[in-house]
Amino acid sequence: MTAVTERAVGAPLGRIEGPAKVTGAARYAAEYPVENLAHAWVIQSPVARGTLDGVVVDPTTEDKDLLAVLWHGNAPRLEESDDPELAVLQSARISYRGQALALVVARTPEAARRAAQVIRLEITEEPHDALLTADHPGLYTPEQVNPAFPAVTESGDVAGAFAAAPVTVDVTYRTPALHNNPMEPHATIAVWSGDDLVLYDSNQHPPGVAAAVGAVLGLPAERVHVITEHVGGGFGSKGTARPNAVLAALGARVVGRPVKLVLPRQALFSMVGYRTPTIQRIRLAAERDGTLTAIDHEAVEQTSRLYEFAEQTTVATRHMYAAPHRRTGHRLVRLDVPTPRWMRAPGEAPGMLGLECAMDELAERLGLDPIELRVRNEPRVEPESGVPFSSRHYLDCLREGAERFGWADRDPQPRRRREGAWWVGTGVAGATYPTMAQPSTARVRALPDGRYEVAVAATDIGTGARTILTQIAADELGVGVGRVHVRIGDSTLPMASVAGGSSGSASWGWAVTGACRALRESGSEEAVYDSTEEVQRQEKEGKHAYGAHFAEVRVDADTGEVRVSRLFGMYAVGRVLNPRTARSQFISGMTMGLGMALHEEGVLDPATGDWVNHDLAEYHVPAHADVESIEADWLDERDRAVNPMGSKGIGEIGIVGSPAAIVNAVWHATGVRVRDLPVRLDKLLPHLG
Amino acid sequence: MDLVVNGVEHALDLDPRTTLLDALREHLHLTGAKKGCDHGQCGACTVLLDGRRVNSCLILAISQQGVPVTTVEGLGTEREPHPVQQGFLDHDGFQCGYCTPGQICSAVGMLDEVARGWPSAVTRDGDDGPLDDAEIRERMSGNLCRCGAYANIVPAIAQAAGR
Repeated sequence: MTAVTERAVGAPLGRIEGPAKVTGAARYAAEYPVENLAHAWVIQSPVARGTLDGVVVDPTTEDKDLLAVLWHGNAPRLEESDDPELAVLQSARISYRGQALALVVARTPEAARRAAQVIRLEITEEPHDALLTADHPGLYTPEQVNPAFPAVTESGDVAGAFAAAPVTVDVTYRTPALHNNPMEPHATIAVWSGDDLVLYDSNQHPPGVAAAVGAVLGLPAERVHVITEHVGGGFGSKGTARPNAVLAALGARVVGRPVKLVLPRQALFSMVGYRTPTIQRIRLAAERDGTLTAIDHEAVEQTSRLYEFAEQTTVATRHMYAAPHRRTGHRLVRLDVPTPRWMRAPGEAPGMLGLECAMDELAERLGLDPIELRVRNEPRVEPESGVPFSSRHYLDCLREGAERFGWADRDPQPRRRREGAWWVGTGVAGATYPTMAQPSTARVRALPDGRYEVAVAATDIGTGARTILTQIAADELGVGVGRVHVRIGDSTLPMASVAGGSSGSASWGWAVTGACRALRESGSEEAVYDSTEEVQRQEKEGKHAYGAHFAEVRVDADTGEVRVSRLFGMYAVGRVLNPRTARSQFISGMTMGLGMALHEEGVLDPATGDWVNHDLAEYHVPAHADVESIEADWLDERDRAVNPMGSKGIGEIGIVGSPAAIVNAVWHATGVRVRDLPVRLDKLLPHLG
Repeated sequence: MDLVVNGVEHALDLDPRTTLLDALREHLHLTGAKKGCDHGQCGACTVLLDGRRVNSCLILAISQQGVPVTTVEGLGTEREPHPVQQGFLDHDGFQCGYCTPGQICSAVGMLDEVARGWPSAVTRDGDDGPLDDAEIRERMSGNLCRCGAYANIVPAIAQAAGR
């Protein structure tokens, strides 16, 4: 092998699959041509709680193309699963509105859909409770919060510190239910051959889906082959197997031919997870110079009857700012609602909204610049755990970001800047996201034509993973990127961790690095590397990415319409492996943060337990016209402790703090503190007159 | 029924309830047009019908017999991409890629609307200069991108428009 001087890592290499994606050649789960394919449609519960007593197919409306109607009365029995959501069609119990109750399989999609409309469900409805309140009698403290943090932490004398503090802030911020809404709905084509199952499935973790689906079907994971070449976004909602994969497999088993199930958009609101609404009480106690003496952050959240998911909303507060007395907590209530799950930056996204808006309120109370307030509370080690940070350049992000954004001349008083019909204001908020790596295995082979095949069961959900792994492998092998062929998106490849937790590049890149080094050192044709030992040996340090978000908003003085005229993110995320895809990741998160601040709101009707606005017309995700100037840049940060590449995860940090920067800017523009997201114009209008 | 897609005639025997989108995806295996919502709310299924952009999920295939349909597969190839496709590549105008064919078809149709002098909601009287960013954003707002690539799609289209 000849060494090349030009490094691939750090170069703005275009996406490997880019040409396929822009020409329509890239195949997603529902797009594989399969012979003799049947089509399925899921029937969802029209009630929030009760039992399904029967399913009646009226012979006068029965379609000649109808093949099967499966429900708990006739569906094959499944094995127990860690995830009760995968126990589809097994029980009469209805746990939430929108739960899958029956599956129709027909020769054509039209016939399946029609049959689903005319089939009658016999349901005994029971009274339900679908309303989250801060004082719900059913609130309890979970044993832990996602993924395995303690639910409550406390140190020092919080009550005493608040009693003694000259300045305090005590505010409640609310965030609504948010829906992941990847553009590609969850979809599966299930093909059986004997006891072997092939699933073309849209997900973020092919080996995980193979294991989970295998477990409920009573099959070893290696009999389930999950193919996930391209994924049309996931944002957490495809992180584990969802009911569609099991339903398609069951349907195909029963009708004896391959079955395709694509969830309709409306079903995504209830069947695949969402971010829980949160009610957060944040209390800050400070000296007059801004030094925090106490922080208390508690979140109230919901989960379903079926499954406990506890969003780790206040976990970021445990290490963001110094204060001798501190408490964080989470309380949950089980309601008759769909199961909340991961959505981009679970925990950090809603929690940093509360914390960073409260910090802005404290800065106002103190008459202190919000950046200076943060400077005065910078911890030297992780405040709760006492462990050192592997690297922390939060203040540098604030300072450099302020310089680039033009923060220096800001009038600290709100409602001072008027440009024509618009009140104009600016706001800042911090960002953080944990830096993680998970065990993975990669294989590299020298091919006879001089190229190298790198294989790992990773997925590229739009992050650029395929491209970045190519770059990492090219450098480790000492060849150009053109001689590296990366294979991902297949559960039969060497075991990879989930495309989640902003940990993909770190985890898979670690394994790819190891495999390439092993190949070079051994001089053999093939090498496999499992990173498990090395990952588990990592030093216990506070490993986090940091950033600062700056927003400029304009609020129409007559209508209350809010426009974000500028959104800027400055990040410290270790080594950036590909500046082109990295920038896209940052602005992607910030765009979703803009939606969280201003537009997105899942409205659950407590009377019916249904999402009222369960489609893309009524649940407003940011559109082209909502996005004006969004920019991102980063510091040159070196952190050798995190992984061999020195990279930190970047897929989620853009949604952390960016909503708070916008909300704080709205206050600066108008003098109105909106503590209940999203900032809709009706919340501003009464105060603008 | 007879459908003309990307210049090729197809004789198909379809359920009359089949949408143009399902005809393309399920029967002609032209899966470039995507199904994001099936309700005309996301734009992922955008194709050109006689040169005009439409949501193919809202149109019954049987109603468009003989009308020329252009999908993303008919615009360009990996070797010879259409200028709009090239713009998306040059500006990283996508991440997951699922909305991308719809964005691209929509942009092609939109640029033709501009060339015909059709105004948008943000066009002011006397606007006849180059297509600015506000115009692109307004005219492309029927195409949702959950990955949030808008900030890259706008310069991609501007490049294709020769700006």
